[in-house]
Amino acid sequence: MAAIEQSKIRNFCIIAHIDHGKSTLADRIIEKTGLLTSREMQAQVLDNMDLERERGITIKAQTVRIVYKAKDGEEYIFNLIDTPGHVDFNYEVSRSLAACDGAILVVDAAQGIEAQTLANVYLALDHDLDVLPVINKIDLPSADPERVIEEIEDVIGLEAQDAPQISAKTGLNVEDVLEQIVEKIPAPGGNPNNPMQALIFDSLYDSYKGVIVFCRMKEGTVRVGTTIRMMATGATADVVEVGYFGAGQFIPCEELSAGMVGYITASLKNVRDTQVGDTVTDAANPCKEPLPGYKKVTPMVYCGMYPADGAKYPDLRDALEKLQLNDASLQFEAETSVALGFGFRCGFLGLLHLEIIQERLEREYNLDLVTTAPGVIYKVHKTNGEVIELTNPSNLPDPAEIEYMEEPMVSAEIMVTSDYIGAIMDLCQERRGIYISMEYMEETRALIKYELPLNEIIYDFFDALKSRSRGYASFDYEMKGYARSELVKLDILINKEEVDALSFIVHSGTAYERGRKMCEKLKGEIPRHLFEIPIQAAIGSKVIARETVKAMRKDVLAKCYGGDITRKRKLLEKQKEGKKRMRQIGNVEIPQKAFMSVLKLDDN
Amino acid sequence: MVQGQALELYLHIPFCVRKCRYCDFLSMAAGEDVRRKYVDRLLEEIRIQSQQCKDYQVISVFVGGGTPSLLAGVQIWEIMEAVRSHFCLKEDVEITLECNPGTLTAGKLSFYQSAGINRLSLGLQSADNRELQELGRIHTFEDFLESFDLARKKGFDNINIDLISSLPGQTPRDWAYTLKKVSGLRPEHISAYSLIVEEGTPFYELYGEDELRRQRGEEPYILPTEEAERDMYELTLEILESRGYRRYEISNYALPHRECRHNIGYWQLVPYLGLGLGSSSFIENVRFSNTRNLSAYLEGEFCRLTEILAYADRQCEEGHKCDGGQSCKQEGEVFYLHKRQQIEEFMFLGMRMMEGVSREKFREKFGMTLEGIYGTVLQKLQRQGLIEQCEGMVRLTREGIAVSNYVFSEFLDDSYIR
Repeated sequence: MAAIEQSKIRNFCIIAHIDHGKSTLADRIIEKTGLLTSREMQAQVLDNMDLERERGITIKAQTVRIVYKAKDGEEYIFNLIDTPGHVDFNYEVSRSLAACDGAILVVDAAQGIEAQTLANVYLALDHDLDVLPVINKIDLPSADPERVIEEIEDVIGLEAQDAPQISAKTGLNVEDVLEQIVEKIPAPGGNPNNPMQALIFDSLYDSYKGVIVFCRMKEGTVRVGTTIRMMATGATADVVEVGYFGAGQFIPCEELSAGMVGYITASLKNVRDTQVGDTVTDAANPCKEPLPGYKKVTPMVYCGMYPADGAKYPDLRDALEKLQLNDASLQFEAETSVALGFGFRCGFLGLLHLEIIQERLEREYNLDLVTTAPGVIYKVHKTNGEVIELTNPSNLPDPAEIEYMEEPMVSAEIMVTSDYIGAIMDLCQERRGIYISMEYMEETRALIKYELPLNEIIYDFFDALKSRSRGYASFDYEMKGYARSELVKLDILINKEEVDALSFIVHSGTAYERGRKMCEKLKGEIPRHLFEIPIQAAIGSKVIARETVKAMRKDVLAKCYGGDITRKRKLLEKQKEGKKRMRQIGNVEIPQKAFMSVLKLDDN
Repeated sequence: MVQGQALELYLHIPFCVRKCRYCDFLSMAAGEDVRRKYVDRLLEEIRIQSQQCKDYQVISVFVGGGTPSLLAGVQIWEIMEAVRSHFCLKEDVEITLECNPGTLTAGKLSFYQSAGINRLSLGLQSADNRELQELGRIHTFEDFLESFDLARKKGFDNINIDLISSLPGQTPRDWAYTLKKVSGLRPEHISAYSLIVEEGTPFYELYGEDELRRQRGEEPYILPTEEAERDMYELTLEILESRGYRRYEISNYALPHRECRHNIGYWQLVPYLGLGLGSSSFIENVRFSNTRNLSAYLEGEFCRLTEILAYADRQCEEGHKCDGGQSCKQEGEVFYLHKRQQIEEFMFLGMRMMEGVSREKFREKFGMTLEGIYGTVLQKLQRQGLIEQCEGMVRLTREGIAVSNYVFSEFLDDSYIR
């Protein structure tokens, strides 16, 4: 393949608030440039995990190279890097942005700017990207492009008068977007003859090729045979193949040079060697310094995952190991629980990440899981000066040994229409939020800033936000260090026995309420036994709430239905089957879903 | 001459004057011509099925419903004639006919006698007219007394009376009233069931919610509480035993030697052949049942024994390969019981009998010890005080009777339940 002039390359991404049409626009661009005919296209080509399509969100970054013949008669190479669309993957987003030279900002013509829109734009501007606004969904009856243009100019300060007004769904005016990409997004820089310097923005494990590194060449050139080195992890390997991204396939080529986006395979066996954000260089002729912005991704949310059937423990280990091949941010280590047996304490970037992994384990690996309540990492300062990072509530030291504890905080930005400001502030207040500021974006919408403890938002904050604002609030957050807090461990006792898998850390001010709700919830989940079962919530030895599951006094099937024993058998089997999904704790059988019930305590 | 293997016959008559409000049995109101056609089909089924039963000897016949006494007396006679001429009946065969008070006449009873019916089962349910009305019964307690007297006068000396406890709004006192009234009449047998609020019945519309509350362990609004239900169970035992009745099964009481042999057969895995609409059968370890669709039955649809037996043979051969815990194979409404399932049924049916199940019989039948199969289950249940073991028998305790469903479910094998 002939060398490509840098001036004919455009590296860009699309950023948007969730549901504003990012993936649809990406699909339309791919279709318009003829990479796939519309018949070959399944809607939303770039979201290629079933889960992504179902949930309508992008989880993994996807990249595609397309050729566009512009009105000036020249052919341009577009590298479209689709970024994950969720706050859990904020770091991945920032690395994807760093691989681009420009960004298309999609704004919904009816909804206007939302919290994520802002967060993403600021992230893009931080990376010195040229942002090209696009007004989408103008075919909607409620579309008000004029207002949205004004909003973009006022709130973000971007020139938006000649922003393309499109409908990604119908394809209307998408050509305008393509032309503006050529005109407004700068061509990449960099010198192909400099020492190699490439940014890893994603990686993928393939059982034939090993790790496939997705990278953006900033300086220099890489070709088959080059010995490369990852500057942060130190891993080195010989390049086996380089290439670029077709639609859903890898197309090998001779070399990748400064300005290009492509992939490298180098018989690397572990995605851990190729951390997102790391810099790849030529081991023989290294660049002076790595690209800025690398950080090691650390899990924010932890929970225990146990196989429902104890015998499946090795299967769960295998499945986690396989998922980890493709997901360097997933962490796990073996642990045991008195209640649940052998399992793993797993670390995730956030609750969505947790849910995705859980769903993939259940769907792709056919595992039946019991998951304990997710928690964050607490810092426990002991009286002897030692500091413990606590991921499992069961490991909390004796209160006498604890000097004080700290919990992670986030700064949250919530954008909401003025009708719901009160309701949203109430919610933040209930969740121990600290009010920072509020400013009106326009007459009817405000941006509220709060500092919130992470453990208050990992459960069901997003759902609560949506329901209390009738869907009109949007939300984004970033981590903001640790703060000292009055935390206690809440234990649950079932029939006087402590169930370790149900313990959790909670702020002392809300412990009573949480304990009460938890007992109520469990009462509804635990079937009646032959004896009465007390359910208690306790802090240390002090019981703060109690419910009772009454004893079953009668369970007789008197009549035999004229010899219809099959019917009787079915009834008994149903009764027995219910037990199959139970965990035995002492004398009590607890259904697996009871362990998850801690998650859903907000009933408003 | 070699004695044939024991067999029981069940004949289903799915007709009623009208449907009671709690009833989910297969029964309906129908005109005379439909009933006539039905009897013809039943006669044909008797003729065809009996051809495969030459090696069996019938030890009991039960004509149930619906309301068999709704048929003309001569129709019952015709049916029994067919049974007699096509099956080999044991000399002391027990032949029961279910009757509803209000449908019995002296004329019908004469026909029953000629037909060889030697046991009557009367569906009374309650001695309280208010309760009878609530249940949607077609008769009063006085109507019943009349029928009962009539039957006695005709010489029927083996009569069962069906009763139902735990009716909506019923107190243990109300129930004791019925028990005393009825036992005072000295029937040979009393079946005392407790009400099950079944889906699809008018009672379910009225009390389904309440039943769910009760199952969750909350106070029901109208139905008796579980505590009251248990009291009624205890009362049944107390009152009837003090009057000379012996409880021989969870819900059945009899004067000495007057136990219902037909019912005992169900609990002891005696083979039985069901004839008529929706009837269930158990032969050669196959459980199957006829169509529940009346018009299909009237068109001549029923499970041919020839096919069932051929199926049983095939399963039996395969069964040798996959013995011990294979999943219940289902082909339509036909189940072949593999050894594991036979063992389970031996337990959960046999344990319904107050005498319990015999270790010795278990070993004879299955060639394994009861302990070998159910050692841990038995230990657990005994620890919970739900069963007791003595003199080679394993049986329910009083506590165990009250929660017998739980006890029985423990005898089901986990391995094939998903």
